Amino acid sequence: MGKNSIREIIQNNIRNKNHFSDKVMPKVFFVMASISVITTFGIVYTLIFDSIKFFSQVPIREVFSTNLNPLSRDPSFGFLPLLNGTLLTTIIAMIVAVPVGMAAAIYLSQFASAKLRKVLKPILEVLAGIPTIVYGFFAYSFVTPLLMNLIPSLGAKNALSPGIVMGIMIIPMVASLSEDAMNAVPTIMKDGALGLGSTKLETTLKVIIPASISGIVASIVLGISRAIGETMIVTIASGSSKNFTFDITQSMQTMTAYIVEFTSGDAGSGTVGYYSLYAVGLILFVFTLGMNLIAQYISRKYREEY
Amino acid sequence: MNSKNKKDSILEKDVDSMNDNKKGPGGKRVTFNKNRISWRIGLNNFAKHLFSLSTVFAVVVLVILLFQIIKGSIGWLDWQFLTSNLSIFPEKAGIIGAIVGTLYLMMIVIPVTLILGVSTAIYLEEYAIEGRIQRFIKVNISNLASVPSVIFGLLGLTVFSRMLSLGSSIMAGGLTMSLLVLPIVVVSSQEALRAVPGFLREASYGMGADKWTTIWRVVLPVSIPGILTGAILAISRAIGETAPLVVLGIPTLIMKIPTGVLDDFTVMPIQIYYWTLDTVLTPEYAYLASATIVVLLLTLFILNSVAIVIRNKFQKTF
Repeated sequence: MGKNSIREIIQNNIRNKNHFSDKVMPKVFFVMASISVITTFGIVYTLIFDSIKFFSQVPIREVFSTNLNPLSRDPSFGFLPLLNGTLLTTIIAMIVAVPVGMAAAIYLSQFASAKLRKVLKPILEVLAGIPTIVYGFFAYSFVTPLLMNLIPSLGAKNALSPGIVMGIMIIPMVASLSEDAMNAVPTIMKDGALGLGSTKLETTLKVIIPASISGIVASIVLGISRAIGETMIVTIASGSSKNFTFDITQSMQTMTAYIVEFTSGDAGSGTVGYYSLYAVGLILFVFTLGMNLIAQYISRKYREEY
Repeated sequence: MNSKNKKDSILEKDVDSMNDNKKGPGGKRVTFNKNRISWRIGLNNFAKHLFSLSTVFAVVVLVILLFQIIKGSIGWLDWQFLTSNLSIFPEKAGIIGAIVGTLYLMMIVIPVTLILGVSTAIYLEEYAIEGRIQRFIKVNISNLASVPSVIFGLLGLTVFSRMLSLGSSIMAGGLTMSLLVLPIVVVSSQEALRAVPGFLREASYGMGADKWTTIWRVVLPVSIPGILTGAILAISRAIGETAPLVVLGIPTLIMKIPTGVLDDFTVMPIQIYYWTLDTVLTPEYAYLASATIVVLLLTLFILNSVAIVIRNKFQKTF
């Protein structure tokens, strides 16, 4: 190789030009790329296909009732307790994640020195990289006993503790996405406000946040989607009580926890209970997909271009 | 204290001089209100501390979490724990089965995701013509990334476990997990490919090379550090993920250490899950769960450190 002159290399290359590979390779890669699309269709297909079997056997009025009892001899499939459990744990999580995540984003993007940022950002990333099963263990064996000291009536399984821990898990996500949005605001605008004598706080509240609001809202919507789909924390720490209740100190089941409980309970294939998994999965899928589409729409539609 | 006084006095002097010198429009005297300015600055400082506190909150939670888990694992995490099989007696139980299971799972996940992920990225960045199909695949991947992992479990249960009758084997788990982490590899590989400067490609074409040779000999070697970084992140996600495997129906107590990809298996997160559930019956299981978590987190920590080293050492900037 080393002895060849450039001219020889070029001539070699031209001689070796393989028209076959240039014809075949694009097709090979297209097939590979279409696997991700097939996966999506596979998900939609399996969910809809088995859900149809479920909805053909269970009247829609029953689905919107509060009576969920899938394993009894006369099973009933009211999904409202699951929707309620998901809704409550998600609300608790967002009550924790939004203020803390936003404050962290503002601090990191506006107040912290470059040096401090270099330390704090990796720590947030570590928090984001911890597997959810570890958070579940943490919620069940540490946060719940801790909260029991404050609220004596708290059950060993409850919605409050996993909600809080889920919020902590989502903080890094809200913080880093919001921070990106705030950093994208042009420095000219920020410097203009500071130059007019605004404090950093006033600049943040009156210039930075209004200018980056689309990114901030999108980060919150993505956080909600993450909370709805979160599985292990709620499965471990919130238990499997199927009561329809608004008492967050008590055990309640989310949609995700229902899927986990029912599959590991080895529901026989072909029973209504087995198909109910897919119906719940479909609802879950529609919810999270809807949230993501909303987030994408917000950040595209309301983005301020500078 | 001293510096604070100094700050205040500077502020007052400033306000005084501004009041003395500045004239507003039309020659009107403008008066600056000292109280209002110090109130605004005070509010700013208060907010700054409040915001920093909430950032510190995240750090404190992390410290507490690690402290609790390490505390729980002390006395349980030893060589015997790493090399023994499962047992109903907590003091004899170990996680060798889960470790071997995780390794086997990775033997499926790593090649499948790398091949599929990098190929998809090459198609999107190098071959696809701007247009509907390319946009559709991109939107599809970003939506796939946000599908809850438990849904992937349902997909795996239907397609791999039942339709292909792979049951709850390593193969079924590995394929399910590969699809779950695929978007991570695709997105990071896309970024790595995009970062390859155009002049390298043009130089290659200028030397008479065809497109595939250019990709294989020029673009891919340059982007390998970026691709590897993404792959390692995807692998750590797969190692820590629990929900899809639970949905596949992995049995609670697997005594047999897997010897092939069609065997039943267990992995560390699953072991943590079952031990945590069973703490009601046997409180000692909490210590076993803690010890397993320490092993899991150490594995992830090492993997991520490797990713950072690769990113910093081998990534060329042009």
